[in-house]
Amino acid sequence: MAEAIATPPAREAATEKTSLITGSEAIAIACQLADVDVITAYPIRPYDTVMQYVSKLVANGEMDCEYIVAEGEHSQFEVVKHACACGARVFTGSSGVGWMYAMEALTVTPALRIPVVAMVGNRALDDPGAFGVEHNDALAVRDLGWQLVWVDTAQEALDTALIAYRVAEDRRVFLPCAISCDGAFLTHSQGIVKVPDQAKVKQFLPAYDRGDLLLHPDNPITVAPQANEDWLMEIRRQTAAAMERSPQVIREAYASFEKIFGRSYGNPFFEEYMTDDADIVLVGMGTLSMPVKVTIRQLRAEGKKVGFVRMRWFRPFAAEELAKSLGRFKAVGVIDRDFSLGAPYSSGVLATEVRAAMYGAGAQQPVIGFIAGLGGREVTVPDVRRMSEIISAAAEGKRQPPTQWIGLRE
Amino acid sequence: MAVSDRELAELTHLKTPQKLDPFKGVKKLPLEEYFTSGHRTCQGCESALVMKLMVKAAGPRTIVLGSTGCMYVANTTYYSTPWVVPWMHTQLGSSGSAALGASAAVRALIRKKKIKDEPINIIAFCGDGGGADMGVSGISATLTHPEYNCLILMYDNESYANTDIQLSGSTPYGAHTTFSPPGTKKRIMHHRWKKNFAAMMAAGHPTCRFVSTVCMSYPVLAMNAVRRALSIGGPTFIHSLDPCPKGWDYDPMLSHELGEIAVETGIWPLWQVEDGKLALIGKTRDIADNRFKRRPVRDYLLKQGRFAHFTDDDIDYFQAKVDETWKKWVVPGVIPIAKEVDNDAPPV
Ligand SMILES: Cc1ncc(C[n+]2csc(CCOP(=O)(O)OP(=O)(O)O)c2C)c(N)n1
Ligand code: SF4
Ligand SMILES: [Mg+2]
Repeated sequence: MAEAIATPPAREAATEKTSLITGSEAIAIACQLADVDVITAYPIRPYDTVMQYVSKLVANGEMDCEYIVAEGEHSQFEVVKHACACGARVFTGSSGVGWMYAMEALTVTPALRIPVVAMVGNRALDDPGAFGVEHNDALAVRDLGWQLVWVDTAQEALDTALIAYRVAEDRRVFLPCAISCDGAFLTHSQGIVKVPDQAKVKQFLPAYDRGDLLLHPDNPITVAPQANEDWLMEIRRQTAAAMERSPQVIREAYASFEKIFGRSYGNPFFEEYMTDDADIVLVGMGTLSMPVKVTIRQLRAEGKKVGFVRMRWFRPFAAEELAKSLGRFKAVGVIDRDFSLGAPYSSGVLATEVRAAMYGAGAQQPVIGFIAGLGGREVTVPDVRRMSEIISAAAEGKRQPPTQWIGLRE
Repeated sequence: MAVSDRELAELTHLKTPQKLDPFKGVKKLPLEEYFTSGHRTCQGCESALVMKLMVKAAGPRTIVLGSTGCMYVANTTYYSTPWVVPWMHTQLGSSGSAALGASAAVRALIRKKKIKDEPINIIAFCGDGGGADMGVSGISATLTHPEYNCLILMYDNESYANTDIQLSGSTPYGAHTTFSPPGTKKRIMHHRWKKNFAAMMAAGHPTCRFVSTVCMSYPVLAMNAVRRALSIGGPTFIHSLDPCPKGWDYDPMLSHELGEIAVETGIWPLWQVEDGKLALIGKTRDIADNRFKRRPVRDYLLKQGRFAHFTDDDIDYFQAKVDETWKKWVVPGVIPIAKEVDNDAPPV
């Protein structure tokens, strides 16, 4: 990369340190680096590991913030919402039903244009009880103005948390952002992480400036008065416009990230793996990339040209770019670690969105939906092989059921 | 039990919490208003008066957070806000977390030198529905955080007024609301006794330094309670009883008088707990010291349409329950625990 030349590798090594840490710890460190002012915690697995790390940083004097253990997720999210309205950089998070318990607060936060950054340790929505990953928790807010991003590794978790602050707190956006980390597979799994240098983080991440929206006696504004049908639609449109500006701000943030830290993520919105010459692709989010990539390498050895597209940003959804990329392949399989009961073709959320993006752009290829890995069940190599076979058959013109549950006991 | 001033100063990082001396009578009140024209509450709305006098007592260096309810919907319309101080809507059950969040932000930003170091009053208000029903968990949590300066004020018009007068946990026994209409088979649809909310807050939060009941029929007392609550440090709680002409069904000109009668009948005792010490106030103190004879509750009930279906028996029952609070409670009018159980039969 041309920009990386500006920072000699030797200096890089001196300032960055390398640690073996989990996805949760990586996000806690991002909060420390971002000099977060107010953090609220409430226990629910698996996200709560991030707060265990945060509390240690606070206890050891390594982080200066108000650290509040709330009495429920509703308060957890309401506390940071108000703190953020008063000019504080904030962090919180939840999982599964905890996230749903906060739903009212989640609903109003984007409408108030408050850039809360949260971590979702994705978890099944019990009942019946399950700690494992499912994406329905974070996806529940997909229509409300939350920016939603899924990460795959501890490194990506740390980097994306910094990027999330930069994007959310950009005046053009001022919308909250939730970073989804698959429960257990990422929240509790360690990886080697390059921890960026504080000075560079300062360079990358400007101070949060709420400007003329700040709630402070020097700026006596009235926030969220009763608007009714008289003005609500115009205000909704403003929020929508903010979301529409978000992709450009995301692009700028990734470009600047690469320049300052020397780490590139390529296309910010989705990662492509072995797609250049692929005939068919699988699409998915989060840590299922691991079994998918392993299987693809096996399939490639057998001469089968399969690729993988891992979605990072689900909101905003990069529909045009994705449609352009996926339009190159003969058939597309979308792996949903979620369900959307009663949806078109009984597909999962992601498959429905991918179809909307592709067919809206005039694509004709078959798009097959797979429901897999619910409740934390592993998506295995044989599962991925099975999905690849189905997509190959679809590519050859053999009609396939539009949605199939994979790895299900009969 | 109470935190010392020095400890509190350390905890709060505000060397001097705001010093708001008591007002010395109506004629000594400042002229400035921070809640002005623009609101659309009913004529005779006492809750609107609470808003006005609450911020008058607090002054301009104040942030107000208001829960959903009449004091939001009828009060704060887009393009015609009555608030001169910064104001933000908060969700129905969020007054506790709103106060906590704003106070935490101010504390962190001052400590980290991101904003000017000065005392800023944080007030979150809620109605009885948003507070004593939905908001209990959040309010209670906030009152356990001694390091955050804030006041939670619950204006109690004894119903979910904004949604057309439904019964709440603070609605008095037997009252006619749109969820408890007297019918042909059932005269009394609401059988629950009103929650004793302020005492619950005082008794349940030993490090909360100030809890008080108020009524705007005694405006200087009420404003001074606000000033004390904002000066003492840490989270504080005020519970105000607000006659509501629409919900209680009476002529708006009676608002002020009904507040007085509520106190004089002993239905609404005025008291405060400061650093664990209880003081009965005004007429309530006179009742306790036998200087003033409680008026019969009939005087109060019969002035309000919401009790128009009451029979003499209902009124007697209501009177007996109020008498109980004065004769049997361990702290008359405040703590609803009897000294001894009636007809107590020891186990054989
Ligand atoms: C979560 C939620 N549930 C219900 C409502 C509907 N609602 C709006 S105002 C209100 C009444 C609130 O009553 P109270 O807190 O006593 O305030 P008041 O209207 O009496 O002033 C209700 C129930 C809401 N806004 N939010
Ligand atoms: S209904 Fe009651 S509380 Fe609401 S505005 Fe009217 S008088 Fe005030
Ligand atoms: Mg009410």
